[in-house]
Amino acid sequence: MAKEEYVLEMHGIKKYFPGVKALDGVELMVRPGTVHTLMGENGAGKSTLMKCLIGMQPVTEGQIIYKGQEVHFKSVQDSIHAGITMIQQELSPVLERTVADNLWLGREPKKNFLMCDNKKLYTDAEELFKKLNLDVDPYARMKDLTVAKQQMVEIAKAVSHNSSIVIMDEPTSALTDAEVEDLFKIIEDLKKQNVAIIYISHKMDEIFRISDDISVYRDGTYIGSDRAANLTNDKLIEMMVGRKVTNMFPKNPCPIGDVVLKVDDLSAGKAVQHVSFELHKGEILGFAGLVGAGRTETVETIFGMRTKTGGHIYKDGKELDVKCPKDAINAGIGLLTEDRRGNGILGLLGITENTTIVNWKNYGIPMNHKKMVEDTAKFNERMRTKTPTWDTKIMNLSGGNQQKVLLARWLLMAPDILIVDEPTRGIDVGAKSEIHQQLSELAAEGKGIIVISSEMPEVMGVADRIIVMHEGEMTGIVERDDFSQELLMAYATGGSVVEEFKKKQAQAAKEGQ
Amino acid sequence: MKSAEARKKFLSDNGIWLVLIALVILVSILRPAFATMTNLQTLLTGESVKGVLAFGVCMAILSKGTDLSTGSVAGLSAVVSASLCQMEGGSKLLKMGTMPAICGILAGVLVGVIVGAANGCMVAYLHLHPFIATLGTQLICRALAKIYTNMPVSNLSSGFRFLGSGKIAGFFPMIILVFLIIFAAVWFMLTYTQFGKSVYAVGGNDQAARVAGINVEKTLVLVYIWCSFCAALGGVLLAGRAASADPANSGLNYELDAIAAATVGGTSQTGGICRPSGVLAGILIMGVINNGLVMLGVDDNMTNVIKGLIIIGSVAIDMRKNAVKK
Repeated sequence: MAKEEYVLEMHGIKKYFPGVKALDGVELMVRPGTVHTLMGENGAGKSTLMKCLIGMQPVTEGQIIYKGQEVHFKSVQDSIHAGITMIQQELSPVLERTVADNLWLGREPKKNFLMCDNKKLYTDAEELFKKLNLDVDPYARMKDLTVAKQQMVEIAKAVSHNSSIVIMDEPTSALTDAEVEDLFKIIEDLKKQNVAIIYISHKMDEIFRISDDISVYRDGTYIGSDRAANLTNDKLIEMMVGRKVTNMFPKNPCPIGDVVLKVDDLSAGKAVQHVSFELHKGEILGFAGLVGAGRTETVETIFGMRTKTGGHIYKDGKELDVKCPKDAINAGIGLLTEDRRGNGILGLLGITENTTIVNWKNYGIPMNHKKMVEDTAKFNERMRTKTPTWDTKIMNLSGGNQQKVLLARWLLMAPDILIVDEPTRGIDVGAKSEIHQQLSELAAEGKGIIVISSEMPEVMGVADRIIVMHEGEMTGIVERDDFSQELLMAYATGGSVVEEFKKKQAQAAKEGQ
Repeated sequence: MKSAEARKKFLSDNGIWLVLIALVILVSILRPAFATMTNLQTLLTGESVKGVLAFGVCMAILSKGTDLSTGSVAGLSAVVSASLCQMEGGSKLLKMGTMPAICGILAGVLVGVIVGAANGCMVAYLHLHPFIATLGTQLICRALAKIYTNMPVSNLSSGFRFLGSGKIAGFFPMIILVFLIIFAAVWFMLTYTQFGKSVYAVGGNDQAARVAGINVEKTLVLVYIWCSFCAALGGVLLAGRAASADPANSGLNYELDAIAAATVGGTSQTGGICRPSGVLAGILIMGVINNGLVMLGVDDNMTNVIKGLIIIGSVAIDMRKNAVKK
């Protein structure tokens, strides 16, 4: 049956958000009984494509053909019914209930029209796990399971829906090596049952191990797909980052001074492991890596938002004991956080309060409102924040303007070290280059700046040096002259280059002794 | 168009005062005796204690918490302070001389500060839910008051009674002045001090406040100390006004009236929103209902039904107001 060579075909998928083309004519063809991997940088549109497929978001334009018929799923329920299940990156089980309860949630076997058949609930679960060779106790409470086991339950759930397609979004990001092996075994079993698996991952080694086909996306467009056997590591990276880097990041060269921040063997649990680097006055230090590489966690540890489990932090040669953000601020460190809504803005308060909050202690009692508004106006005008009044609640501003207010907050505080985490995420191009300009000017004033960004062109544009991280460890330091997306991506995905880097570091350390 | 928007904003900010004015006019028309100077004084005197409690608890609610212990703290503070200021002769709880009024007042307030610090530490450092932490201290304080004395404490010195029942210049009740001072203090704190602004920040988004260098724990402890301080002061006023303090009944259920008044006054239970002037209006609305419905001859049960509906209605309007903004 040539017609059913593909279980799923997606043609010319377009998805527009206001002002943004998230997907622009994307293709995907999945064969039954295979693992099809989607690759691309963060923001390439992989997750959006999957959300469109399962009906979480409506497509703007395009055709989805599933099992030979054109479909349009209106909700996740629809797609599950039809046999497409997505295992989300962040699982959300009901932790206090048992495995079986979670497995049959919303479709519990019934004794009669009123009562659930609790016995069948568990026997059915046991049967299902036996069929899949899963070692999970249906009576265990979900919260007592490891993340890996929780994931297995999710997969069992997908199978129990008789799914023909199972989508896994970075399933191995929280698993240990042994658990990854278990997962791969299950994937092999599923393949034998003619289930197609759409697999999203950034890890090169595992992609080449399990993939049959690979499709690559970049900036919401479709680059191409091929059998995994025909592709190499280098070829994939080239496909992923192949665009020309345009110079939308004006960089004023400025003299680099003394070391202002020294981080020595810093660790914070599993998220940050043995990170060491030096930041100089007038330097912009970039942090590159993929989502979950531990960059945010590293700066959160420096800023006192996370508990340090090892290592030392020195500023101007003096060791810092930072227990909370207040300590870091008193030491002259500012952090523009990644999660603008979660721990950045105070939505219910006005722009004035949001700008001046770090400096409130300087306005006396009673607080000098006039001075507060003057300072707010001065720094927000420098940032070119657009707002009707300085009293406007910050939640009524656009994301870009909120970000400018937050940046104005740290400019007003005048730190010696400013750390910005994803400073331009979700911000339009104009505001982006204004923020880059500001960072460059601050460096010229002799401040030390750390920039974290998942957009390779951005870090490469603004930074003097880039530290690359992968799974909580530093995997490379790249000087400006050596910047290339291919090299950064190689470090970020943790390949053979990293081994060399580590050897070199170890050697340097030996020589140092 | 701009004026329409401005009008909308004016209405949404000051709607509560319009409701109050409408209520006053309505009751005055139905019972002209309501609008007399004497009655208004009675009304304010009657609401002052609960008002002081409301200006305490509104800070706790603003910080995204609550305080259920204020009524019991008022009761405990009332018996402790009153027992120190009993006059010679008659039955005395403590076998010692009459202390100056100021000592009794300070002792009562000190009780409040201690309970508040305990509440605050439980909420800030042990991460207990404020509802549970203060439910615990509510039970404990009421019990402590009864353990302290099982009889009402009466025969109080005139100096002690002055705060609750004295008059300035022969006509202005002292208790109303204390109420207004507490209002002014809350207004000043929330508008002109770093502490007040920190409470807004912590209630609105404690994570963001922490990142901006605010000591969230210290702020919370101070909030609960202020809340219990107000409650204890309310207890002293209560004892002075009634000229006695009853361990079983002084301040009983006042915490709910205080929370209701703060809520009707626009203090959001989800934290981060509170206008002192709104709370003042909320207190007065509850007062007009209490006083006005008695004058209209509405029976007690019906009064509570109407109060309940007003609380529900005002919160429903608030929820809509804030939902639209999101």
